[in-house]
Amino acid sequence: MSGIEYAAAESGMGMGTEGDGEANTLPPLGKTHTTQLKADKGQVTIEGVTVDFGGNVAVDDATLEIRPGEFLCLLGPSGCGKSTLMNTVAGFVRPTAGCVSVDGVQVEQPGLDRGMVFQQHSLFPWKTVCDNVAFGPLMANLGKDQARATARSFLEMVGLSGYENRYPGVLSGGMKQRVGIARALANYPKVLLMDEPFGALDAQTRLVMQENLLQIWSEFGITVIFVTHDIDEAVFLADRVVIMSASPGRLIADLPVELERPRSLAMTTSDVYIRTKQRCMELIRTESKRAFDQQRSVA
Amino acid sequence: MESNAAALTEREAAGLVEAEGSETSRTSLREVELSTEAGPGDAIRLAEAMEDDTIPHFDKFLGHLGTLPWDRYGVRLGAIVGAVILWHVLSVNHVDMLINFANIPNPVVVGDQLVFLLGTSEFYRHILVSLERIAISFGIAAVLGIFIGIIMGRSRIFSDIMMPYIEILRPIPAVAWIPMAILMLPTEEASIIYITTLGAFFPIVLSTLHGVEQTSGVYIRAAQSLGAGRIAIMRHVVLPGALPSIMSGLAIGMGVAWFSLLAGEIISGQYGIGYFTWNAYSLVEYESIVIGMLIIGGLGTLSTWLVKQASKPALRWQESET
Repeated sequence: MSGIEYAAAESGMGMGTEGDGEANTLPPLGKTHTTQLKADKGQVTIEGVTVDFGGNVAVDDATLEIRPGEFLCLLGPSGCGKSTLMNTVAGFVRPTAGCVSVDGVQVEQPGLDRGMVFQQHSLFPWKTVCDNVAFGPLMANLGKDQARATARSFLEMVGLSGYENRYPGVLSGGMKQRVGIARALANYPKVLLMDEPFGALDAQTRLVMQENLLQIWSEFGITVIFVTHDIDEAVFLADRVVIMSASPGRLIADLPVELERPRSLAMTTSDVYIRTKQRCMELIRTESKRAFDQQRSVA
Repeated sequence: MESNAAALTEREAAGLVEAEGSETSRTSLREVELSTEAGPGDAIRLAEAMEDDTIPHFDKFLGHLGTLPWDRYGVRLGAIVGAVILWHVLSVNHVDMLINFANIPNPVVVGDQLVFLLGTSEFYRHILVSLERIAISFGIAAVLGIFIGIIMGRSRIFSDIMMPYIEILRPIPAVAWIPMAILMLPTEEASIIYITTLGAFFPIVLSTLHGVEQTSGVYIRAAQSLGAGRIAIMRHVVLPGALPSIMSGLAIGMGVAWFSLLAGEIISGQYGIGYFTWNAYSLVEYESIVIGMLIIGGLGTLSTWLVKQASKPALRWQESET
């Protein structure tokens, strides 16, 4: 894997625990990703994508350009088709019309250039934590030992070195998602797709996870598409919030978030934050009301 | 459409739209004990009932060996001793109320006969022949059942081709197969193996199919996005995910295998514990009937226990599931 070469020298890794002197053939993951990757890789182009599940239009003519290294939140009410739109980028769903491409290459099927983090229950329960994370490198034809070594360095990054030989069943929800993120990153994808990854977590854990995610993102400089229905989460995380409406799923607004990086919890009381949040709320409320009226007139 | 299928099968696509996080129901081996006492039909109904997690927890006996507190073993031992005493009292006094114990040999006579039989090489031969037949038939049924079950679970067309056969042939009891088996197959031995294999095959194939079908779509998608191809998904996702179901299918299959074997041995064959039991009836050796029955019960229980023990290492991950 060429990606491993991006790893840099020692650094106090995010939420990771410090190296414990264990024979680790790979250097810890470092901050140099930011400059190396942000420049050119991970450009996602969504052009006129429509997804029609046999008369039920989930996504209607969505066009979106995501810059390399950008953190984009796809915000919208439940069932508006935002997950479906992301699944077209992942390659799980083929658009009825339009096309999706990553760095100019059209998406035909799932691939290891696009890492995926699911809402829940996606770790293989029959594999240990280490083997879960090593699965991607193994599929990328790294040998078993090297795949495990890669997995261990990623587990260290998410602070779960002590759990590598446990099964996912014993982990808490937050820990499972950290393993999920480590697993998705272990192939050094260009794009990280996250489908409401923190939706099932309690509010406190969610906050910690959001900060951790931002730290990992800044270290990897990877493009992130993050699907959520939580306005606070979207504004806190994103460079850009794209709002989607329900039935049919349309992209209705594209708001830049002009908060500086690195983000901190203190910013959630700033004027910029509140203004952006209000704007999102207005758009969503108008949209929800319209959908509500529409449903009522049908009934 | 073909490139579409490369991305995901129709079934997975259907799963994408709805029921994203549906819990995979965990089948356990807990129902399996019953199968040694029940007929093949019952065992298969059990296999179906496994889809329903609400069925009561049948008390485990051998499945829990080593994990139960000693006083509970005491109770279980007491239950057996009590039954033997009751049997003795009823048969010695020739009690005839609804059930006639007048011709039933008492435990002491049976014990004497057992000691005598243990001194004959013939007796061991009956047991070994039966064990050999079980091993061969169960082996064939396991390989075929798992293989066919997996393909059925992953291919709709193959499933549609196989299902009518399974549905129609499955309810036919082993005894009903005997005339046809004798006509179809060259030797009696082959007929017995055929009948036994068939009995074990159905629960194994159905449990495997069930296990494969319940593989969560999200695991398959996770594997795909990590670069896994069809074969890797089969090996790393579908097979391990179906393993709990497969293992309970094997344990049920083992019970049904004994049931079918005995049917085959009673009607035809020259050796085997089923033949031994039936022959004892013809020769009016009632003690040997009881011994034959108890040996069958013991071997059936033991072999099912072995299957479950063999499956434990592969299912270690389930212990952490809540």
